Amino acid sequence: MNPKIVPVLALMLCFLSNSAWAEDPEIEQLRQQLEQLKLEYNNKIEELEKRLRATEIANQQKPVVQQPQAVPENVATAVESAPSDASGSKSFNPDISLILDGRYRSFSQDPESYEIPGFMLGAEAGPGTSGLALGHSELVISANADDKFYGRFTLAFGYHEGETEVEIEEAFFQTLGLNYGLTVRGGRFYSDIGYLNSQHEHQWDFADAPLVYRALFGNHLLDDGLQLSWLAPTDLYLSFGSELFRGSRFPLSTKSGNDVGAYTLYAKTGGDIGDSSSWLAGISYLDADTGNRSSLGTHAHSEEEGEHDPVAFNGDSKTWGVDFVWKWAPNGNRRQRNLQLQYEYYRRKDDGMLTASDESGSYQGDQSGWYAQAVYQFIPRWRVGLRYDALDSSASGSDDELITEAGLDNEGHKPQRFSLMTDWSNSEFSRFRLQYNRDESSPEVENQWILQYILGLGAHGAHQY
Amino acid sequence: MVKYFTVFALSAVFFLSLPATAAMRVFACEPEWAALVKELAGDHVKVDSATRPSQDPHYVQARPSLISKIRRADLLICTGADLEAGWLPLLQRKGSNKRILAGQPGHLMIADSIQLKDKPATLDRSGGDVHAAGNPHLQTDPRNMLPAAEAIMQRLSLLDSENAELYRQNLAEFTVRWQGAIAAWEQKAAPLRGMPVVVYHRSWVYLQDWLGLEEVASLEPKPGVPPGSSYLANVLDRTKGLSGLLIIHSQYQESKAINWFSSQSGAPVVLLPSTVGGTAEAEDLFSWYEDIVTRLLKAQGG
Repeated sequence: MNPKIVPVLALMLCFLSNSAWAEDPEIEQLRQQLEQLKLEYNNKIEELEKRLRATEIANQQKPVVQQPQAVPENVATAVESAPSDASGSKSFNPDISLILDGRYRSFSQDPESYEIPGFMLGAEAGPGTSGLALGHSELVISANADDKFYGRFTLAFGYHEGETEVEIEEAFFQTLGLNYGLTVRGGRFYSDIGYLNSQHEHQWDFADAPLVYRALFGNHLLDDGLQLSWLAPTDLYLSFGSELFRGSRFPLSTKSGNDVGAYTLYAKTGGDIGDSSSWLAGISYLDADTGNRSSLGTHAHSEEEGEHDPVAFNGDSKTWGVDFVWKWAPNGNRRQRNLQLQYEYYRRKDDGMLTASDESGSYQGDQSGWYAQAVYQFIPRWRVGLRYDALDSSASGSDDELITEAGLDNEGHKPQRFSLMTDWSNSEFSRFRLQYNRDESSPEVENQWILQYILGLGAHGAHQY
Repeated sequence: MVKYFTVFALSAVFFLSLPATAAMRVFACEPEWAALVKELAGDHVKVDSATRPSQDPHYVQARPSLISKIRRADLLICTGADLEAGWLPLLQRKGSNKRILAGQPGHLMIADSIQLKDKPATLDRSGGDVHAAGNPHLQTDPRNMLPAAEAIMQRLSLLDSENAELYRQNLAEFTVRWQGAIAAWEQKAAPLRGMPVVVYHRSWVYLQDWLGLEEVASLEPKPGVPPGSSYLANVLDRTKGLSGLLIIHSQYQESKAINWFSSQSGAPVVLLPSTVGGTAEAEDLFSWYEDIVTRLLKAQGG
């Protein structure tokens, strides 16, 4: 075992086995008091009933006096027994939900040749296949394991080049109510950096990821790891967190054999402004020991068979970002009308080596990008949205040819994209969307049309902010 | 190696700062429970309501401010019965507060103390956003406030035993006053018995039961599904010829479909406060039901 992970695991264990979690003596005491209260209560209720009877007699002249509602005898037992029928699950089955997502896409260029000059693309990053195709179907199973742990498992199903691909997208445990506002999460999960990253694709307001997410994170930063977060006991929402990741996936792409290849730090704050507005802002930092990052995207597929391995990046990779979200609804009633403005910016600095099968050279990269979007629900069910994406990059190193071959030379092009969407939701559980992109990822302007459906079956989805 | 550990340890050190303790904090999911807590505890507790009167409690989002509030709450009081299914579980997971998790003394679902109506025979979303446990809009019958007050008082005394005697006295006083008020409202509302009503959402079944109103249709074809024009025309057809028809909606429900229906059918529209603060007159629990009865009588009188 790599010594790096040992102190971290020890720290985690320390938190988990903390006495803070042992059965709280206070609660035990409360339970005893409850028993006592129940006894006292029966007497009190009798007394109360007597008084009520007296009142009733006094009111007897008045017609239609309602019999007082019988006071349930043992309301207090609700504390002790498991949550009763009226709220929540009736059986031990976990919450199961299935997200169905399908699209029709039309592109003016072959999506197989999609590239963003100046950026390596991860395997999933791209505009997708044209024509009618399944999108990203998801099966989510989640439940509280016991009083201290919650678990969630998400399987994503995709269909690519004639084959069904199944991926474990999330499989994590999370603590419920550790002391001091701490939460520990472990397993595979979406990183909590930024705003959109922790949301599932079907929760996004557009059918595709912002360019900056596509270019820097391969759509989503997702990995196996551990997360520790702390929520401050303040009126203003203030949360800090850190994650350790194995780093095996794009873009972290850590050297094999590394136990911890990347870590993140993030802070979020937010609150309400009056009755109608609320906001959330965050800063994020991602540090990775990158071992073998290469372009796995559609670009690589189009290379001729038998071609040499793609150029890979090795070195230190640091990313930081800011995000801001503002939501408005008249008097906070989102049902009729609401507006959401959203902005995220990320910048990544890479410093290391580029290697191909027979050559290598130094490389310093500076890549950045941002998007801003507005989504407005103008009447119930109907929303319209507008998004603008922009990317920029610069690369320097000892071997210009290698940089070009790696796709890291932007050839003087600054990618950008304009998107327009409208969607219709019959209820919370169904949505149909039409989106248009004017995509200038590469110098040639491309028109993209996407028609999408999203259905949520089963357990009630969460109204994530 | 040292780098990762240092960063991680530093963030951990942060967490040892202790939360300050003060008066007991109650997190009420809806304004009516906040108002009931005020009746029973006065200024001895600090109450926040997650939902504002202007918000539909089905459609609240787990906003940052709510996460902060639930983080410090000692007692959580919600309607339950899945009314808050879209946001409360998420708040509980994000709030990192074990005092208000299910099974703890600080977790109180009012629906657990009340016999719910409209429990669906089959669970299928083709019936709309149905709640498995039954209709959760139980606050529209004032008689339900008595078991609710009882349950709240018990939790208050349990968690704040110093003031237990006070809470008990307050409950006893409240119960007597409330019984008297119910009797007065019922007497006043006697002419409303048997009146046909069209509702927007099926959120008044408990009120209908209390005052004997007859619901003839709802403008939402299914719970949570906004009305379309063909469905509205169908309802219009079905309710044609009914005399004394009233259209009932709450402060957060859509007005376009309601106004259209009213102009076509000629039936008057009554806005009823679904909770404390839903109208300017509904300042507290007592004036809230008073306002409901007054508005219904006024609409009936034309």
